[in-house]
Amino acid sequence: MLNPVGDSAIVVTDLSKSYGRVVAVDRVSFAVKRGTTTALLGGNGAGKTTTLSMLLGLLTPSGGRLTVLGADMPDDRHRVLPRMNFTSPYVDLPKRLTVGENLAVFADLYGVRRPRERIEAVVADCDLAGLVKRPYGSLSAGQRTRVSLAKAVLNEPDVLLLDEPTASLDPDIGDRMRTYLERYQRRTGCTMLLASHHMGEVERMCDDVIMLRAGVVVDQGSPRALIERYGRGNMEEVFLDVARGRADAKVAGTAAEESTA
Amino acid sequence: MSADISAIRYTGLGAAARRVRAILRRHAYLIVKSPTRIISMMYYPTVTMIVWAFLTLYLAPTNNFLKDAPGFFIGAVLLWDVLFRGQLGVSLTFIEEFYARNLGNLFVSPLTLPEYIVGQLTVSVFRALVGVGGACLFAYLLFRFSIFSLGLPLIAFFVNLLVFGWGIGLAMSGLILRLGLSAEELAWAAIFILAPVSGVYYPIAVLPSWLQPISLAVPSAHTFEGMRTLLIHGVFSWDHFWAAVALNVVYLALGAGVFAWAMRNARQRGTLLQMGE
Repeated sequence: MLNPVGDSAIVVTDLSKSYGRVVAVDRVSFAVKRGTTTALLGGNGAGKTTTLSMLLGLLTPSGGRLTVLGADMPDDRHRVLPRMNFTSPYVDLPKRLTVGENLAVFADLYGVRRPRERIEAVVADCDLAGLVKRPYGSLSAGQRTRVSLAKAVLNEPDVLLLDEPTASLDPDIGDRMRTYLERYQRRTGCTMLLASHHMGEVERMCDDVIMLRAGVVVDQGSPRALIERYGRGNMEEVFLDVARGRADAKVAGTAAEESTA
Repeated sequence: MSADISAIRYTGLGAAARRVRAILRRHAYLIVKSPTRIISMMYYPTVTMIVWAFLTLYLAPTNNFLKDAPGFFIGAVLLWDVLFRGQLGVSLTFIEEFYARNLGNLFVSPLTLPEYIVGQLTVSVFRALVGVGGACLFAYLLFRFSIFSLGLPLIAFFVNLLVFGWGIGLAMSGLILRLGLSAEELAWAAIFILAPVSGVYYPIAVLPSWLQPISLAVPSAHTFEGMRTLLIHGVFSWDHFWAAVALNVVYLALGAGVFAWAMRNARQRGTLLQMGE
């Protein structure tokens, strides 16, 4: 039986990853409450995918500790991986297999009971009905993203790690996928951690945001709190402040104004 | 409509078997619907067998040994291909995941490395049976040579060569994981360095004396010596059989060790998520 630490599904403490002299993630700490959605934000190379990879057990940390649903990663990963899943633009599915065949393979890997029914359900949810018999390699980028998402929810995970989950989707399909993920979370109480460059998505879906720059957590809070703290109109502007190193000045300025008032 | 999370089976032998089945399924989908792949699996062993069969037909009238054992070269080439297909089956199963950029998906699933290896080995059995089976069929249809004329010892030869192929295939998978797809050629060529010391077509005794100990450290040499003993003297050499079995245990453990080391190294370097075509 896996015991979550308090009400947190994911707990990361002083997590570091170095490649020789290059520090990709530097003593990062955060916790993700069960049943919530948290975003990892930062520019390219900020350490988002590295952090997600360590949470998935694909990458061994250089230091620190991380637990998912109470299991230490990566040592206890096989206890918790059946209850997790992910999507990432860095991986693909076998291109010569059809969508249905790919989903059948992953249903077996995750031990999904009543796989046919479950596959039918995710195919309907992800709007893949017309694509089931088509080879994965023949699909458009957007269609592939939907198939990856279907794969990611196939085992009804308790923890879902999403690396740019709606990249390549047009606004209509992107919106449907976000709606689906929100409904999925309400139904299952799933905890989601997502890395995204789509700030509208972050504002809409996330309860909490962790801002990374050069492998370090530079700020954290709800989207609303961050927007207020930086005195900006939306998360995109907050992101630019953080990515361009204007965050410290901005927050310091706000703090100065508050103290003057 | 949706499956209940509590109803998902996580552990136990049944769950492990199902994950192994997933690997088989993934490759069966790939192979079964591709006549090109099936033909290419049979093509090389069949063509090589035909060449050696014609050589046998040419030499047999002037050679007493081949008169007595006309299936000598054909049997040797078919058994050599068991070794080659066994190794290739393991390596190619892994390379397919590389090309598909599927390693990340596989290894964040509950699939363990031992389960993946069992899947690889099982796929290689099917590939060897299809490839060599096709050649065996043609050997019978064209030259009336039945590999089954070797009798029950055929099973011992087959298993020993297949297991040796597995050991090399796993080591090659590890090297490819460590070095990337630039090392893919190893998967195709690695086995041929063993051909001279395996004594496929000639006895170990013809090798230079300094090479013979190396040859005897290779399981395939014992297997082919065993095959010759059976064809020439009509007896099964238990000594060669047990030597091959013992060496195979070592080589299989070494191969799995190299693969496991490469996997640990890949987790350190973060390459599982990035490797691909």
